[in-house]
Amino acid sequence: MSNFINLLIAGLATGAIYAIIAIGFTLLWQTSQTINFAQGEFVMVPAFFILAVLNLGVPFWLAILAGFAISAVVLGVLFKKMLVDPMLRHGVLPLAIATMALSIAMKESVKEFYSAEAQPFPSIIPAGSIDIFGVAVSLQSVGVLVAAIAGVIVLNLLLNGTSLGHQMQATAQNPSVARIIGIPVERMIMLTFLINAALVTFAALLVTPIYLAKFSSGEVLGLSAFIAAIVGGFNQVRGAIVGGLLLGVVDNLAAAYVSTQYRGAFPLLLLIVIILFRPEGLVGRTEERKV
Amino acid sequence: MSANPLAKGGPIKTREEKIVTIMRLSAMAVAILLASPAVFAEDIKLANVAELSGSGATVGTNWKNGIDMAVDEINAKGGVLSRKLVVTHADSQSNPGVARAQVQKALDDEPYVLLGPGYSGSVKVTASLAEQAEIPEIMGGEAAELTKQGYKYLFRTSFGQQSTMPKVAKYIADDLKAKSVALMWVNNDFGKGGRDVIFAELQKHTVKIVADLSSEAGQADFAADVAKVKAANPDVVFVYLNEEESARALKELKRQGVNVPLMGETTLIGQKVIDLAGEAANGARGHVGLTTDAPIESIKAFRERFVKRYNYVPDHNGIKGYLSVYVVKAVTEKMGKVDSKEFAKTLHGMTISAASEPGILMDVTYSDTGDIDRQGFLVEVVNGKQVIKQVLPKLN
Repeated sequence: MSNFINLLIAGLATGAIYAIIAIGFTLLWQTSQTINFAQGEFVMVPAFFILAVLNLGVPFWLAILAGFAISAVVLGVLFKKMLVDPMLRHGVLPLAIATMALSIAMKESVKEFYSAEAQPFPSIIPAGSIDIFGVAVSLQSVGVLVAAIAGVIVLNLLLNGTSLGHQMQATAQNPSVARIIGIPVERMIMLTFLINAALVTFAALLVTPIYLAKFSSGEVLGLSAFIAAIVGGFNQVRGAIVGGLLLGVVDNLAAAYVSTQYRGAFPLLLLIVIILFRPEGLVGRTEERKV
Repeated sequence: MSANPLAKGGPIKTREEKIVTIMRLSAMAVAILLASPAVFAEDIKLANVAELSGSGATVGTNWKNGIDMAVDEINAKGGVLSRKLVVTHADSQSNPGVARAQVQKALDDEPYVLLGPGYSGSVKVTASLAEQAEIPEIMGGEAAELTKQGYKYLFRTSFGQQSTMPKVAKYIADDLKAKSVALMWVNNDFGKGGRDVIFAELQKHTVKIVADLSSEAGQADFAADVAKVKAANPDVVFVYLNEEESARALKELKRQGVNVPLMGETTLIGQKVIDLAGEAANGARGHVGLTTDAPIESIKAFRERFVKRYNYVPDHNGIKGYLSVYVVKAVTEKMGKVDSKEFAKTLHGMTISAASEPGILMDVTYSDTGDIDRQGFLVEVVNGKQVIKQVLPKLN
């Protein structure tokens, strides 16, 4: 039983990180029709921003703040202005291909300027264990889970409990109507890109101490988050949350109770089942588009 | 044609005359160079194919840096047989398929000796190419099977698993008094080879294997693997993964509170693993063939030079790369000529002593199969440092 609880919490913690990354996917898709295949690399790069600032000898908390700021500029503003805006007018597919190219460029750039070797990354959560129902559970797993849930709650409050959030949702649902009723659509879209930059930096803070900072670490994360977004429902933030958590738990339990060798197959099996029987995702809604 | 302006001391008047003059001067320079073969002898070409990116980047980068340092040292002292060493580097991307293509490309340039790769899987698919080309391959792979294929041109820089695993199994059974062991190994040629040998050796010592867990190269999340280890409740966990995965596994073992002894090989307690795993590496033990913490003056001096040059402490792969070049130097100087075929024949059965060739750091003897015999160490990580617990002497 203690083994199961440990696995469940570890799975939820990993899944919560997938969920944060997947939320970014869905937000960008909803507001700007951007399928960002570089989303995994967007999680990898902020870790190196933070490490670069840390190497200047500044305290960790200041490096984190600097990491958020640099990510907002590079992964938010520059990404939108220099890649999304010019490519989107040619259609969704060219933009998707451009983000694939961007992912390669980001990996190779980190490899070139930093090194191909993994780097240690400090954790914001202390080591140790806590007692849950008489079971010693890793404090880091619990901390990651709590931090991720807190992040999701804050985002939900922003989207559902503020005027700004309502304007963003209106922009996502129908930009033309939103523009007619006076919502600054362009500003809302930019805000979405900034939120995505903050989310990936937050995910980087949580996952990099476990996965280590490495140019290739975004590959697994990007794929997992993409699967999570599809499984949960690409057009719903809550879908990304459900998909992420489910994927993390399935991955861990399958590896422990079925097979470690075939662990990589289970998320893909889940994806196939969802695409076959519920293509809109577990909590997604059916969407119709004019072609 | 115009008269030679240099001979007459007159001015160069036309562009055509200038070109003719330059060509004549060039011809004179070439003639002078060709007339002095002892001073301007042809370079000795070495080709290195290593894991410069991908999951083995730590291995390949250390290996490459060791090679570069040795080449520069040797060239600074006049080269080998008064000829300069020149090394080219190619990236296998830690992928055996890419490694094979890169080795073929390197062999097409007819190097004197091929250095690398470091991954056993990559060595496995490239050894036959070097054999066909009759060019010696000095590599970093440790899988037991590599030197059992009868290759005449394949040479190790470190112990093979068949040499180290019996010592590790004996230590687990006799010193740690373990009755049960959980095995964590990486599912590639290196990991599978090591797992097979340790499995057999532990059974000889009647130690029970209570968990036998393979993981993928580059695996990031070890939560499920470690949960299985915990559930098996072993006396000792034997971890046989590549460096980065070892660090992640050590962190997860600590996170989940696994407190039994962790035993492994060089890839568990190498300096890079200690750097990546931090406190989680403390207490891990293992057999290492090469370590920069060895209580040997030549290795201490090597470490100092390496740190000064690259600003980090190398792991065993840095030493292996360094040694590979000094093996080339020692063999070539013994032969008195540069001959790839003769090189392989000479190195079989040869002992290179650190007294005669200081760059070799420790006395080493090569067998007829390309395996090595050298001192080894049993090491424990204490406060982020490798501490030598036992020195295992050279067998012959």
